[in-house]
Amino acid sequence: MDDRQTEHPDHGDDLEIVRRLLADAPSTAPDALLPLLHEVQRRVGHLSPGAIRLIADACNLSRAEVHGVVTFYHDFQTAPGARHRVQLCMAEACQAVGCRELAAHARESLGVEWQEATPDGAVQIEQMYCFGNCATGPTIRIGDRIHGRVTPERFDALVTPLRPESSA
Amino acid sequence: MTTRIYVPGDTTAWSLGADEVETAIVNAITNHGLAAEVVRTGSRGLYWLEPLVEVDSPDGRIGFGPIAPEEVADLFADGKLPTTAHPRSVGIVAEIPFLRDQQRLTFRRAGLIDPLSWSDYQAHGGGEGIRQARESTPQQVIDAVMASGLRGRGGAAFPAGIKWQTVHDTPGDVKYIVCNADEGDSGTFADRLLMESDPFQLIEGMAIAARAVGASQGVIYLRSEYPRTHAVLTTALATAREVGLLGAGAGFDITLFLGAGSYICGEETALLESLEGKRGMVRPKPPLPAREGLHGKPTLVHNVLTLAAATTILADGADQYAGHGLDRSRGTMPFQLGGNVARGGLVEHAFGLTLDALIHDFGGGTRSGRPARAVQVGGPLGAYLPAEQWVTPLAYESYLAIGAMLGHGGVVVFDDTVDMGAQAEFAMQFCAHESCGKCTPCRIGSVRGVELIQQMRRGEEPERHLAVLHELCETLELGSLCALGGLTPMPVRSVINHFPEALHLPAEVISS
Repeated sequence: MDDRQTEHPDHGDDLEIVRRLLADAPSTAPDALLPLLHEVQRRVGHLSPGAIRLIADACNLSRAEVHGVVTFYHDFQTAPGARHRVQLCMAEACQAVGCRELAAHARESLGVEWQEATPDGAVQIEQMYCFGNCATGPTIRIGDRIHGRVTPERFDALVTPLRPESSA
Repeated sequence: MTTRIYVPGDTTAWSLGADEVETAIVNAITNHGLAAEVVRTGSRGLYWLEPLVEVDSPDGRIGFGPIAPEEVADLFADGKLPTTAHPRSVGIVAEIPFLRDQQRLTFRRAGLIDPLSWSDYQAHGGGEGIRQARESTPQQVIDAVMASGLRGRGGAAFPAGIKWQTVHDTPGDVKYIVCNADEGDSGTFADRLLMESDPFQLIEGMAIAARAVGASQGVIYLRSEYPRTHAVLTTALATAREVGLLGAGAGFDITLFLGAGSYICGEETALLESLEGKRGMVRPKPPLPAREGLHGKPTLVHNVLTLAAATTILADGADQYAGHGLDRSRGTMPFQLGGNVARGGLVEHAFGLTLDALIHDFGGGTRSGRPARAVQVGGPLGAYLPAEQWVTPLAYESYLAIGAMLGHGGVVVFDDTVDMGAQAEFAMQFCAHESCGKCTPCRIGSVRGVELIQQMRRGEEPERHLAVLHELCETLELGSLCALGGLTPMPVRSVINHFPEALHLPAEVISS
């Protein structure tokens, strides 16, 4: 955990947000852990070691227990990512209509691998398995918005505005 | 008189611009001074037509689709409401063969009503099931579910009535109804479509179940990949409390719980662990969740569609429901037609339909126009079926007999450009990605499976590797705690048996 802390020092303001969230939380019982993790990540973008420590204290759990939960679920990220998470469905129904080709286009045009942020910090692409949009794939999700029938051209049209500082 | 214009609002319609279509229509109504109003619905599940705009007419609703936001202006080009003369008209929606030829019970209201309007729900037959249940004893409700022949629609197809009876008979100060809305199988969207188009039906089904087994608390475990569904359910639950379907007066309430992107949490014991705030690790069974489930209490865990079907069974009678289907596959199954298909969407039909009918009569062949080569039925753990198996009746028993399964009813079509070797490799890869890690066959076997299939795809000693792969599949099947490891061999074996050339295997190796 310590090496992560050096790599991604906690932002004091972020921890203050976490403290306030925990103080206002309707419950800190064990079954409130996932909702709390969702809320903290929604507000500060990721679950830092410092945040995990605060959450563990509030829920009367060990840091190891909270860390175990955080790292089990694909939704949670322990390091700050790009400003926009662009998730591509890579499951069978989208495979049947070209999501592998779309993914190759995304990686090439952005010059990044999965989970890697673009140099401007604007976008990272992630593999997901199914948005339940299986008759109108390929499907991608940007933030809380889902887009169907995404061609490489449509991908560019959706992603380019997320990178105002890049001329590409 | 004000004419109603219906704009769908489910995830698929939304993903194709339905919200922008609504805005454009509202603008057109204002600009042209039309006596019309917009109603947001869920979706009919005729997905190739989305966004499908419908307009009231004396003969029924006329459909126009697909309509992109920028095409709305043309729909109102002459300053009047569009008619069947418009090139995008698909005529009377109820008469579209894809919809007309279905047997919709669970999805009878989908796309017809405003999903958040309690009065719409009641006007279309909603609420009758819970009324019947309240006039019956709990045992009578359970007997009806038993007599209907309903089996779990999540994939395992366990007889629902037996589960209800077990939870009912198990003593407990607190009992739970847990709705498994972690619809993770690729190619499935029926749970989502129901929750976004007719959420009160699920809530009513849970209330019926609660009354039957004596539960006071319910939870809907919803996957986080469904943000639209989350919004609809949040509002619907609040309304259900206002109208007394839930809350103190009803003696039953439901909380909505958001998953966090783990496929294995669709497995019922992993789901319970997740609800308790832990890693989604599978629990050994027994004890069955019906006896010791959430927080160790008797818990009825069911898929969305199973709970929803209870409303139909109570309202229409068990006999009527059991009158559909064949053998021990009673009632209707919502098949979800997706992947490379021209007309994809939801097809609710009695068991016994064939894939040929689904893909060709309903689906109209592939979207690409190329010949279909393989169809995966039942999600990522289901078999890939070659053309000669497309005549097998879609029913639990007949599918088991050919080494396949219906699962949750997902049907994913692939055309002849598919690399079946890549599909076999993906099956193992997905298992490795989603394994909870509790049991060795699944955690390590899946990784070994990926390596073996990669070697075979490269043509490296495929026959020698096949022997190891067979043993590995057997170990996964017999030695895994849950269906993820236990069923991953199914798609892999189907590729070995029906598409051996993709793994560089001579046909005679397979037939011997």
